[in-house]
Amino acid sequence: MSGQPQIVIDKVCHTYRPPRGKPVLALDDVSLSVGTREFLALLGPSGCGKSTLLYLIGGFLPIERGTISVESKPVTAPGPDRGIVFQHFALFPWKTVRANIAYGLERQGMPREQREARVQSLIEMVGLRGFEDSFPSQLSGGMKQRAAIARTLAFDPSILLMDEPFGALDAQTRHLMQSELLSIWQRTPKTVIFVTHDVQEAVYLADRVAVMSARPGRIKTIVDTKFDKNDKNIFKTKQFVDQVDAIWDLVRDEAIKAQGGRES
Amino acid sequence: MTSAALALPERTRLQAVSMSLFRYLPLVLLAIGWELTARFVFASSSALPSLSQVAAAWIELVKDGDLITHGASSLYRAGVGLLLAVLIGAALGIFMAWWRPVNIALAPLVEMFYPMPKSALIPVTVIWLGFGDGSKILLIFLGCMLPVTIGAFNGARGTDRALVWSARSMGAGRLRMLWDVVLPSAIPEMLNGIRTALALTFILLVTSELIVARQGFGYLIGYLGNNGSYDAMFAVVLTVAFLGFAADRIYQRLMQRILRWRE
Repeated sequence: MSGQPQIVIDKVCHTYRPPRGKPVLALDDVSLSVGTREFLALLGPSGCGKSTLLYLIGGFLPIERGTISVESKPVTAPGPDRGIVFQHFALFPWKTVRANIAYGLERQGMPREQREARVQSLIEMVGLRGFEDSFPSQLSGGMKQRAAIARTLAFDPSILLMDEPFGALDAQTRHLMQSELLSIWQRTPKTVIFVTHDVQEAVYLADRVAVMSARPGRIKTIVDTKFDKNDKNIFKTKQFVDQVDAIWDLVRDEAIKAQGGRES
Repeated sequence: MTSAALALPERTRLQAVSMSLFRYLPLVLLAIGWELTARFVFASSSALPSLSQVAAAWIELVKDGDLITHGASSLYRAGVGLLLAVLIGAALGIFMAWWRPVNIALAPLVEMFYPMPKSALIPVTVIWLGFGDGSKILLIFLGCMLPVTIGAFNGARGTDRALVWSARSMGAGRLRMLWDVVLPSAIPEMLNGIRTALALTFILLVTSELIVARQGFGYLIGYLGNNGSYDAMFAVVLTVAFLGFAADRIYQRLMQRILRWRE
């Protein structure tokens, strides 16, 4: 690629218009660049527009002001270069695990034999062997999210958009999934934009953490958070704990504003 | 709920038999009551033939082929009318939910037409299409389409945004997404609409055949009644009742099978 970062967000504003009631400015003049194979966390209080920003990058919402470009091309619609994983999994409930994972490959027109082999290898990778023919309703939350991640990895997008993917999981499962995501990411490097409101999760997973302000969402600061991710005791190192504390201080102000600022 | 009783995991064959006997006990009692009333209360009149006479008349009707030919004609009308209602009704509901111009154009029509008693259209359909199959099929189609449309509409409107976006990001175009995501999302509510339509089918079928037809169950009931062959008339009425019941049971089984992904 040329010198330009893979994803460039330039002066993006977004107004949310509820069916009834006044329009709300959700994102205000957001600019951000993300490099190829970088792991960026978008961190902020709830309602700060971090998910909205993710949906704009995904091409799911129309961009009203500003521009977003991926590989130097402006984003106008969703595309298989940008895979997405949602908090509530968004698996097709009427399809089995296998059929869910195969869906993107079918849309790409991959021949059946090749497709089946790829689906099987992904099922092995996320540890869902034996559940190929289960429906999502028969799986636990963690298994659903594994299936959803496998479905998105299947069509090999160069960018992975993750919208609080572990937010609906219990603490133990979440922790397990975090380290699994890291190991998957190290094996098949992709650009990841990871939305979360969990400071520790952001610092642990990401190379950089973009802290967003309360509504209207702006990028408040960007913090480098490169650690040795394979260190099992990373959570206990002083460097890590200090980093989490420092970012938590930044987020706390915004969280308080988000709580109190609702009425104004 | 009867289905809850069916779902009990462990039960012996004997228990199963006695369970179903128990469930249909009211029907058995009704049959016995009917037989006794007909024999001892209405003994001198023909207004209520006994159940055994009705059974004999039913066998006669089957033997001479009347029940079969009239039944086949009725089932053909019901089948085609309902099939058209499901196909066109579902497509209409989904397009109304996903394409605003269609909604704007059709919503007032649906709202106005929905509460109208469709039997009022019987003379109209006869004027348009005559005494034969066409008018019955049109009536059933018109009467059954809206419950399907409304079910499909509500189901499609409830489609999870995240599913739509997932499909789009995996390379599905708009039409493909409609087929792969919106249609399956609409199916549970649509199936309920179709069940209503199924019941309406039998009502409209027999009503229209009673009024203007030269064939069919309804015609046969009217003809036998006018001739005073009440035992045979009851035989046809019971046949229709049984077919309606059986169709609903089979449909419920089918629904369970289609929706097996919902736990």
